Amino acid sequence: MSIKKVHDEQPESFEFSKENLEAANNILKKYPPQNKKSAVMPLLYLAQKQNDNWIPLAALKYIGKFLSMPYINVYEIATFYTMYNLSPVGKYFVQVCTTSPCLLRGAGQIVKSCQNKISKNQNEISKNGNCSWTEVECLGACVNAPMIQVNKDYYEDLDIKSADKILDSFLDDKPIKPGSFRNRNNTAPVKNKNNGIRNA
Amino acid sequence: MLKEEDRIFKNLYNEHGSSLQESLKINDWLNTKELISKGRDWIINEVKLSELRGRGGAGFPTGIKWSFTPKTVGSRPHYLVINADESEPGTCKDRDILRFEPQKLIEGCLISAFAVNAHTCYIYIRGEYFNEGQRLQKAIDEAYEKKFIGKNACNTGWDLDIYIHYGAGAYICGEETALLESLEGNKGQPRLKPPFPALVGLYGCPTIVNNVETIAVIPTILRKGGKWFASLGRPKNTGTKIFCISGNVNNPCNVEEEMGIPLKVLIEKYAGGVIGGWKNLQAVIPGGSSMPLIPKDICETIKMDFDSLIAAKSGLGTAGIVVINKDQDIIKCMARIARFYKHESCGQCTPCREGSGWMWRILERAAKGDATKEDIDLLADVTKQIEGHTICAFGEGSAWPVQGLLRHFRKEIDKRCFSEPVIKKKRKIPYLVDQHLLESKDA
Repeated sequence: MSIKKVHDEQPESFEFSKENLEAANNILKKYPPQNKKSAVMPLLYLAQKQNDNWIPLAALKYIGKFLSMPYINVYEIATFYTMYNLSPVGKYFVQVCTTSPCLLRGAGQIVKSCQNKISKNQNEISKNGNCSWTEVECLGACVNAPMIQVNKDYYEDLDIKSADKILDSFLDDKPIKPGSFRNRNNTAPVKNKNNGIRNA
Repeated sequence: MLKEEDRIFKNLYNEHGSSLQESLKINDWLNTKELISKGRDWIINEVKLSELRGRGGAGFPTGIKWSFTPKTVGSRPHYLVINADESEPGTCKDRDILRFEPQKLIEGCLISAFAVNAHTCYIYIRGEYFNEGQRLQKAIDEAYEKKFIGKNACNTGWDLDIYIHYGAGAYICGEETALLESLEGNKGQPRLKPPFPALVGLYGCPTIVNNVETIAVIPTILRKGGKWFASLGRPKNTGTKIFCISGNVNNPCNVEEEMGIPLKVLIEKYAGGVIGGWKNLQAVIPGGSSMPLIPKDICETIKMDFDSLIAAKSGLGTAGIVVINKDQDIIKCMARIARFYKHESCGQCTPCREGSGWMWRILERAAKGDATKEDIDLLADVTKQIEGHTICAFGEGSAWPVQGLLRHFRKEIDKRCFSEPVIKKKRKIPYLVDQHLLESKDA
């Protein structure tokens, strides 16, 4: 369970845009009609996407009405799952994995470079207003450790140099290509003459 | 060692490309119709014969799980749910299957759904794997287009719809009943078992929940025969497995190998050895962070399969191998794992919700050398009181790594934490706990 801060300044109202309303109705089709409630998680994502990557309380009320479920249930779900942001985050939201496999390979250094480049504390927007960062638990790319996730993309096999380069590129609003920064093919072992591993 | 022709995941590193055309070249969807026409009983029997054990961590025999579903569909429909909520620290095998071998998974879904009488299949992917989910969605669309799934899938007369549902960053949703709760639109808090999901699962209907890797190997097993799969590895621990080797090794990687391969071979051959050489090895977590660590002397000879690791008081789990060398502080490392469990506890059962925090705080103190001797005994006691007193296996998952640390590295902890407590107790006060857990005489 995560501790979440609900933002102080909330917009008065929230409504899905026309295209998101259509998307929401398409999502409803995935689930049996008597189990509309199942769509609450995808709809929260939709609301988050529409509202600059965070969910206002008005959206929770709106989704509750949309799915005919009590407001408190939607609130419960929005606070239970860590990926719903209840207060604004930067345009580039940097999530640093610091669980053991990443920590063993130097995630601590990446946290430091986030502190230096973006903001001293987690969940604070950077001075130029387009980045924020947070520590998260395992992101499931352990053999590519250490790694960070920025919005939807994974930046893998980092060290302090490449991490600085990546963070700079976001601060300058010119994101660089995600992927491995150690020049290797996905999760393949590195080939050498002695171990006879096939092309990798 | 695994022979090239026995390899199941030929495109694990995306050397051939992952689109439908390229998947057909590596024999996906080769004779699906023929396999399905042999009937439900043949499929389940063949899976039983292969002795395939679930790849999600618990290692429950898949064929037996499937045979728990009702033979005929009653008033309630059956569901197949694929667990792609891969969040165990040290594990990243399902991600590669979702990205690069999606057609194997989709074909496996069709065959498994047929075997358990399901017309609807949900794939629950963790929210962070958004790009992987998009790739899988594309693969599903391609399969619909070719009529491999959908109405009258592969001309077998069976209808199957596959939907993707994204999680949102909760580790606990990898537990099957928590996953079902989450899919129903609730908080991901596990349910009491029994009733098992095979009888009362999603929306109260019979549901089979399987890991991605389990489902993705099914088509190959049926094509080559259960006997072929059973011939790999050793009895009760058969087949191939994707091992994820991470931590202090020169070249961390994912690799598919035969079950029962020695741990030393995996580390030395594929992962390029421990940083600083084998003699610099301190400990290995063999199966994702929930499994107790094993020290160097056991690593020398241990074979990576379910039963060998249980004999060494650890477990294969998800086969996420985390290597820790002597440059690392083992207590700090375990304190970080304890922090993970404190963060991810769903908060439903008191022993786990409170105990995971206790373990983290004591370990943090121990890492700094601030803990007293009694604290360490208390820590051992707390792990015993969490284990077995919770609804789901998360309690064990959080207690076992700490128990492993205490079992193998008690000397290191005692060397650092030797201070006497400020207030000495005159006699031990018996707790109100299960009496069989207490070993001291005056309890």
